[in-house]
Amino acid sequence: MADPVLIGENMTGGYGNGPDILHDCTIAVEKGQIAVIVGPNGAGKSTAMKAVFGMLNLRQGSVRLGGDDITALTPQARVRKGMGFVPQTSNIFPSMTVEENLEMGAFIRDDDIGSTMEQVYTLFPILRDKRRQAAGELSGGQRQQVAVGRALMTQPTVLMLDEPTAGVSPIVMDELFDRIIEIARTGISILMVEQNARQALGIADKGYVMVQGENRYTDTGEALLADPEVRKSFLGG
Amino acid sequence: MSLTARDLGLFAIMGAVLAMVAMFQSPQLAITILNMSLISAIMALGVNMQWGYAGLFNVGIMGFTAVGGLAVVLIAMPPVPEAWAAGGLGILLGLMLGVATILAAVLVYKRMSPGALRGLAIFAVLVVGYFITSQVFGPAKQAVEAVNPAATGYLGGANLPVILSWPVGAVFAAGVAWLVGKVSLGLRSDYLAIATLGISEIVIAVLKHERWLARGVNNVTGIDRPVPRPVDLQPQPWVQSLADTMGWSLSQTASIVSGLGYSVLFLIVLGILIWLAERALNSPWGRMMRAIRDNEVSARAMGKDVTRRHLMIFVLGSAVCGLAGAMMVSMDGQLTPGSYEPLRFTFLIWVMVIVGGSGNNWGSVLGAFVIWFLWVQVEPAGRWVMETITSNMDVGSDLRRHLLDSAAYMRLLTMGVALLLMLRFAPRGLIPER
Amino acid sequence: MEPLNALVSVTNFMLIPALAYGSQLALGALGITLIFSILRFAHFAHGDTMALGTAAVIGGTFFFQSQGIGISPLPTALLAIPIGIVVMILYLLAADRMVYRYFRKVKAKPLTFVMASLGVMFVTNGLTRLFMGVGETRFEDGERFIFTVREFREFTGLAEGMALRSAQAITIITALVVMVILFWFLNRTRAGKSMRAYSDNEDLALLSGINPERVVVITWTITAILLVLAGTLYGLDKGFRPFNYFQLLLPMFAAAILGGLGSPLGAIVGAYVVAFAELGITFAWRRVFSYLAPEGMEPTSMMQLLPVDYKFAVTFAILVIVLLFRPTGIFRGKVI
Repeated sequence: MADPVLIGENMTGGYGNGPDILHDCTIAVEKGQIAVIVGPNGAGKSTAMKAVFGMLNLRQGSVRLGGDDITALTPQARVRKGMGFVPQTSNIFPSMTVEENLEMGAFIRDDDIGSTMEQVYTLFPILRDKRRQAAGELSGGQRQQVAVGRALMTQPTVLMLDEPTAGVSPIVMDELFDRIIEIARTGISILMVEQNARQALGIADKGYVMVQGENRYTDTGEALLADPEVRKSFLGG
Repeated sequence: MSLTARDLGLFAIMGAVLAMVAMFQSPQLAITILNMSLISAIMALGVNMQWGYAGLFNVGIMGFTAVGGLAVVLIAMPPVPEAWAAGGLGILLGLMLGVATILAAVLVYKRMSPGALRGLAIFAVLVVGYFITSQVFGPAKQAVEAVNPAATGYLGGANLPVILSWPVGAVFAAGVAWLVGKVSLGLRSDYLAIATLGISEIVIAVLKHERWLARGVNNVTGIDRPVPRPVDLQPQPWVQSLADTMGWSLSQTASIVSGLGYSVLFLIVLGILIWLAERALNSPWGRMMRAIRDNEVSARAMGKDVTRRHLMIFVLGSAVCGLAGAMMVSMDGQLTPGSYEPLRFTFLIWVMVIVGGSGNNWGSVLGAFVIWFLWVQVEPAGRWVMETITSNMDVGSDLRRHLLDSAAYMRLLTMGVALLLMLRFAPRGLIPER
Repeated sequence: MEPLNALVSVTNFMLIPALAYGSQLALGALGITLIFSILRFAHFAHGDTMALGTAAVIGGTFFFQSQGIGISPLPTALLAIPIGIVVMILYLLAADRMVYRYFRKVKAKPLTFVMASLGVMFVTNGLTRLFMGVGETRFEDGERFIFTVREFREFTGLAEGMALRSAQAITIITALVVMVILFWFLNRTRAGKSMRAYSDNEDLALLSGINPERVVVITWTITAILLVLAGTLYGLDKGFRPFNYFQLLLPMFAAAILGGLGSPLGAIVGAYVVAFAELGITFAWRRVFSYLAPEGMEPTSMMQLLPVDYKFAVTFAILVIVLLFRPTGIFRGKVI
């Protein structure tokens, strides 16, 4: 079987020289699909994603993007290789306008960014209306849209989202998930960490349930939702 | 906490260097350097309390030392009865009115609810208070300054023993520090820096301008000294016999003895301060201060009133600077407001603390000695270098004269380079905190 | 009652000088605010660096004068400004290379940077005095006045006169032009936007592929330009004395904090507030009010709120008052 678009395989490591947080953990996402990492607090969900993005010292395992080994690359270099990352907090430039936020997202590009920006505005129409407004003055949900839009400006092959729905209302969350599905349909692979496990697995092609830095269950989102063990332990029945 | 062998070694080297100055240059120079080093050490100790114990960034050391210096004039000089008769009461009344105005403004601020009305009320109180105060104060000030302006023109002091002015100087500085700290601490951390920078300039402006207080830029000279003056020592038989034994001239002997007198006094003060500071640092109180410095948030979460602790340490440290300022003025026997420069009295002390090792009292003392030694000696060294460079030049050439003149500024360069090198290669200083 | 004469008097003795002084402060405070928002420390060497930059311009001016090159009626110093700018860009970048870059690499605390800037301050201070001594140097040449008091009186027929010195006019115009260019740069160019992005959110800027070292180089370059302009204009207006430049540190910091640290617009507004307050409160209003008061009720005192020696107290008092009511400054700056 061919390599997935992005795979972090058998990753073991921690922050700096600290203790290992991940133990032989594998995360992968196929082209145009949505992969979701769920699990209890402190399970290492975000850490696993940061490991894939190169913000962690890996003692074992490797990360491959489109078949190339990128384990040794810095996060910045991975962005150039086609990975987009949306951090959980402070993921926008608050004093800059929405449009400037998008421009900064495309900072590494030298070609015309007009069409990409048009795509982002089509995806998030509200941003078009607010494009001259400072991003810091927007509502929580709108800020998340700015943050996702900023990451899309590099035209990534993989988009990574760290708890995109943290702190937004359920309605906004549903809307955000709809947009994420739309993004995946354009052929961009999505890797996402989520607190709202049930909803997230509902849209996931692939789900990873993590506990204490290890893979506990790995299956399609549908199958995980149907699994009585997973339901009992992680989805509240 | 005791000194390690290495620390003692560093102090021994410093002592040896001073001894060499005494042998090869002159004993008087060595004693002058020693005395000023001791005073600087006390200033550095005060700054180290604020910075090393509590992480407070005080860039107004000059102001606190100057306030301490003012105490010497107000304590030791004889009063000027004519001036008091001319306008003493008016000045006192004016000062009280000024304080009353500010208190009234503060009262309005506290009593009224926030809003435009309160701002307006405060403004009104200040304006009315200002005009009443200046009506009383202005004429009285002019009357006092008109009394024999060539010799006095000020109210004079309390005619008390000069040594009393040292603790009083500390109290003065503590008072100013309390005001500054009350306004600026707990607001934001960079605020203290700008507040102290501002207040020190204001203190100097007051000293220069308010001639009724300490004659302003006309200087107060001939202040009584805590140690006999060389002129008074010369007729003493034991001084004469000492001069014979040492083979020095009589005037030289007298000034050495007088200088050593100061050294002894200063050493006693420094010794007491170090002893107190070390005891405090290693007490539960000192541990708490360092805990607050290292993690303010968690200290706050543990229920410590960080702002109050900071105010306390800020006042204490500034009082020590004021004490040093009073000692310096009583050694010089004169108060010269024009000579207070921030580079010399604020930033040089900072170099001492950083080079010595912030957070360590002994480090501050050593830093003061090393840096003051450099400050004094770099200038002649620079002159010597320039003379060597220019020895081939035409004696009358402009370039030569310019280079020789500029030797004086080598010391600033040296201080900067010393500070930068220490920050880069030994950021914990000569004697690091333990 | 002669309101027109009062207006002329207040313009001549207060408004024009305050506008010029405020412009000089604004250029300096802009540099402080830029360094603060990009490098995140209070740059204590600012005043002395300004002095050194001006010294370089003065050197250039004297050279041009000795060669007989000039742009009369404008001061020769304007011709020498590019020299000063190049020298200061090199100087500040060298300082960054040798001093600040190391502390950035080890992620030192902000106050370590402040201490390092004290070191740079000492060195710069020494260098300036090495070249210029401590005395006053005047380097203004060309036409001294746009119009003099006499010309104004003859032209308007008013009793009260007004003069506009070239240095003041040049200062105000230059500051205006520079501010417009700076805002254009920050808001319209890629490099400028990357600076703002870096100031807003350092980590995200890194993720977006913005090179921090490049941002730092651009920041020092702009600072050098602002410094040299501010210093030269101040020197043309009031003469060059190294110590005066050092003392500008307080009003410049006050302006930057007052406006809101990190906000360029705030720095400019803060600078004019400081300048007008300093001059307004230490200004003797007697002349102005003697024109305004009814016959026989002219003021007898100087009507000066505070002696000029207390201008620092004024700066300081405004700072205290504004920050008591609005701790982030007028334009919501950063709080360290």
